[in-house]
Amino acid sequence: MWLLFYKVWLRNARVWRKHLQASLIGNLGQPFLFLLALGFGLGRQIPQIEGVTYLQFIGPGLVASAVMYSGSFETMYGSYTRLTTQRTYEAILMTPVSVEELALGEIVWAATKGIISGLIMLAALPLFGLIPSPWILALIPVLFLEGILFASLGLIMTALASDYEFFNYFTSLFITPLFLFSGIFFSISAMDPVVQKISLALPLTHAVNLSRMLCYGRIGPDWFIHALVIAVLSVFCAWVAIVLIRRRLIL
Amino acid sequence: MTLAAKNPLVEIRSLTKRFGDRMAVKDLDLCIYPEECLGLLGPNGAGKTTTIYMLLGLVRYTSGKITVFGESIPERLRQVKLRIGVVSQGDNLDPDLTVYENLLVYASYFGIERSVAGKRADDLLDFFALKNRSNEIIQHLSGGQRRRLLLSRALINNPELLILDEPTIGLDPQARHLIWERLQDLISQGTTMLLTSHYMEEVSRLANRVLILDEGEIVAQGDPKKMVADLIGSEVFEVVDSPKNLTALKEALRSCKVNVEKIADRFFIYVREPCTELDTMAITLRHVSKRPANLEDLFLKLTGRTLREN
Repeated sequence: MWLLFYKVWLRNARVWRKHLQASLIGNLGQPFLFLLALGFGLGRQIPQIEGVTYLQFIGPGLVASAVMYSGSFETMYGSYTRLTTQRTYEAILMTPVSVEELALGEIVWAATKGIISGLIMLAALPLFGLIPSPWILALIPVLFLEGILFASLGLIMTALASDYEFFNYFTSLFITPLFLFSGIFFSISAMDPVVQKISLALPLTHAVNLSRMLCYGRIGPDWFIHALVIAVLSVFCAWVAIVLIRRRLIL
Repeated sequence: MTLAAKNPLVEIRSLTKRFGDRMAVKDLDLCIYPEECLGLLGPNGAGKTTTIYMLLGLVRYTSGKITVFGESIPERLRQVKLRIGVVSQGDNLDPDLTVYENLLVYASYFGIERSVAGKRADDLLDFFALKNRSNEIIQHLSGGQRRRLLLSRALINNPELLILDEPTIGLDPQARHLIWERLQDLISQGTTMLLTSHYMEEVSRLANRVLILDEGEIVAQGDPKKMVADLIGSEVFEVVDSPKNLTALKEALRSCKVNVEKIADRFFIYVREPCTELDTMAITLRHVSKRPANLEDLFLKLTGRTLREN
């Protein structure tokens, strides 16, 4: 029942290849600028955090945030355009591809875009004084699951949206706070216990923590909890996204 | 062999769809037989597109039964869709892809092998006079070219049933005639079609059976020529004159077998049997035109002249 999803993935990949340059620059620009500004600017005025330089500290977190931005924006702006103005979904649903396969194809594609952004960010880390450990190979599946999670959240927004403005709520009330409060820019372990608990309720925190562990090669005892949270959330959100897209498309 | 002697490709029984309080389709029975072109007519909101969407599993029906190729909808939707081609209302070509890519990518959704798809795409672009536009982006195509590409796309899987929802809407006469020619070729090759349209001329040319829907119900069905002859007559006189003269005309026609309809200062006289009085009077009247009765007359008679804007 789910096999044709990769046809939708292939369609998106074909289109993406045409706009490769713009797509990559668009997805990576923001985290790169943060890395430069906060690392070279702010970073010089800050002592070491958790035994590393500030630049080395924020690098792994920015890998995780690149995946979040890239994955969720694709299923918001990209998918919403295909759903409404382009009517691509309508055309696809006239074929043997089912609405579930269509939604899954969109999610997996956006997660793929997320992973591409994450990998490029990862490849750039040595420029900022961080040589990642071999453990980063284990980070790839983590980033993929994180991509599925944020792509699904984006697709949920698309299923509920009545115009593009709607995505502003999600971006400013959800994505931006996650970016700022998931332990990318400051050490959560040094915070008040209440703040620590709140931070752990944010999905990005788990991806940031795992990314840091695997980049430094310092695997903490709670790796399993972080991985489990991401895995469970990604499957659950993908399921919700598929149900909501079906509800929107099949009257 | 008569139509009814064959097994229908599409069989719809007691189909009902309710959107909240509104009944979009009421207890509809409809069959489409192999190699026929069935014209589905009706004013806006009559339930034509809803019926097509139910057939394609895009709208869930409230009650009734739909089978296509003997398979039940929506349970066997995927198997059915493999054998159907659809041109939906309006343009839903993929603007991110070229003309040729539109066909290849669409073929991939049907699981058609790349080499087979390439060959079919070439043939279809040839058939629809789009060969020299293969690598063009969609935004550069004219309205007529887009419609021809939509038709090509609908045929990429060699469908046994072609569903056309207003296939020539908004096109100029040249573009429309080219599409009609191609559709006539397909009909003569034995392609079964379901056609909805607001262009009565289109339906008269292509459909060999017509079904008129209004407010979700069938109001008439049959051979369009026979329906026009039976329900309207053979000829129509349209007369514009002063109220006095029109009243006199109506009196004079009492002995004739005609139906007279008055709209503003215009008389529509539907002639069922030849009427010498009318022919004589026609010469003396100021503005009169005589034409064969057509499907549009029938359509207006059955569905009324009130605008359906919601």
